[in-house]
Amino acid sequence: MNLRIIKGGVLDTVQDMGRTGWQHQGINPGGAMDKLSAQVANILVGNDRNEAVIEIHFPASSFFFEQPTLISLCGADFSASINGDEVPLLHPILVSKYSILQFHESVAGARVYLAVHGGLNLSKWLNSYSTNIKAAAGGHQGRALQKDDEIGFRLSKDFCPFINKQEFIVLPWKAGNTWTGENPGEIFVLPGNEWAWLTEESKEKINDQLFVITIQSDRMGYQLSGDPLSVTNSEEVVSSGVNFGTIQILPDGQLIVLMADHQTTGGYPKIGHVISAHHHALAQMKPGNTIHFRITDLQTAEELFLKQEQHLLQLQNACAFRLDTFIKI
Amino acid sequence: MKLNIQSYHIFPLGDAAMTIDYGNIIEESINREVIKRAKQLKNNLAAVSEIIPAYSSLTIFFDLLKIKKLAPANTLAFDYLKEQVDQLLQQPLDEENNEERLMKIPVCYEEGFSKDLDQTASSKNISREEVVSLHYSKIYRVYMLGFLPGFSYMGVVSDSIAMPRKSHPQHVASGSVGIAGRQTGIYPMATPGGWQIIGRTPLKLFEANAHEPSLFKAGDSVQFYPISKPDFYEIQNSSLSAEGDRG
Repeated sequence: MNLRIIKGGVLDTVQDMGRTGWQHQGINPGGAMDKLSAQVANILVGNDRNEAVIEIHFPASSFFFEQPTLISLCGADFSASINGDEVPLLHPILVSKYSILQFHESVAGARVYLAVHGGLNLSKWLNSYSTNIKAAAGGHQGRALQKDDEIGFRLSKDFCPFINKQEFIVLPWKAGNTWTGENPGEIFVLPGNEWAWLTEESKEKINDQLFVITIQSDRMGYQLSGDPLSVTNSEEVVSSGVNFGTIQILPDGQLIVLMADHQTTGGYPKIGHVISAHHHALAQMKPGNTIHFRITDLQTAEELFLKQEQHLLQLQNACAFRLDTFIKI
Repeated sequence: MKLNIQSYHIFPLGDAAMTIDYGNIIEESINREVIKRAKQLKNNLAAVSEIIPAYSSLTIFFDLLKIKKLAPANTLAFDYLKEQVDQLLQQPLDEENNEERLMKIPVCYEEGFSKDLDQTASSKNISREEVVSLHYSKIYRVYMLGFLPGFSYMGVVSDSIAMPRKSHPQHVASGSVGIAGRQTGIYPMATPGGWQIIGRTPLKLFEANAHEPSLFKAGDSVQFYPISKPDFYEIQNSSLSAEGDRG
């Protein structure tokens, strides 16, 4: 009844939509970096959108399925295979007993999400499955997955009759691509409270110049490199709340974008915030990629977010229908 | 006593959060207002997922989808919520029901636990002993939690022991007591950090599986008292909790 890790990866953790309600104790929300892909992965296997998934980086773990189940992979293309045969992203896939899921090559994107029908048999910490490595809590034992870890399925259906003797079956429906590749076009940014501190020249640079994601980038934040920006105000900012997507300017004029595991509060000037609808695109970018920011307004940000939500709802309805019909056959 | 309504300004923190800012200042009366308002707003706003009180600001995280459903057509979620927040902030709060606690925290300032104490003493032209007694002779306020799970920002320390942050973070042991500017605080876990370390507490400040994982909460008063190394190890081994209620 288990998913077993037969080879460890560089950073594979259990995540959901994040832990809300504890930031006042300094406990960051965490959660999937690319929440859109994580939700689509869950929708494809008939799960609640907030169900626990495994966020996989490259080099990735290898997974052994001790029981037949229904899985999906969404997000980065790491050239996935089951028992050596290539499998696609964005499809529900029936997997037979004793199958091995492996990832061979980082083709595109930064992280891929593995969802399992019925979810993973873990306990929540502070109402979330997300792994908080700093607090050593949540997810699977509060840490990244390692070789020989076993995670139970919370299986609710017997998939044996559907699989017969096949090793896996890629079901014939597919979700639309959730991300736009490593060149997602413009990343929309709302001006932050200290936007006005930037010199006119620096404001223009935000829109015009490309920022490179440096190697000092991880689940906490992306440090960017570009022509240094300048502020006209050198006042120290008293620490206050920050958010996923908050862009801060460091004393040396470089920018940092806060990501899922960001600190709850920060004291650097906040010059902008990446809009919610573009978090997933940012989350699939990696060191070496370049970001093209575009300043936008709240109305655009809200419209794009609502569009994304509508897309997820439609997908949820369509997938539920297909899956129900299939399982009833 | 009648409370003045503090002046503030509200700005969007992205499209799904907003910050109510009472000014770029560390002041007890403002922080007290912030903590009370956090409670008031949490109890009276729909579709708000959480509120972070900080030194002089409150950050409200909201469910954009739910707010859009509540808001009239063609109204920004931010404008809709801001209007409600403004209304609530106009209501005066009563002075009573002050739950602020005094927490007594043992700290060992001896060598081995206080790697930056000598540096602090020499750059302030006072003795180690003077730094230590200046540090524990004052009752501090926990203004906010942040940075790490259970990390408390307390203040303010005497100007005579105020120290700048290190230019590069160094490894810091769990329980380390540090100074940064006129702030003092305790690292609840081992981590890289830039504060000047002058002592260490044997208490556990963060227990993931406790009902309230963090020992401190914003608004607490904290009094440090010096202990010897043998006391440090004894307290550590007996896993005593602070003289305060954790519930």
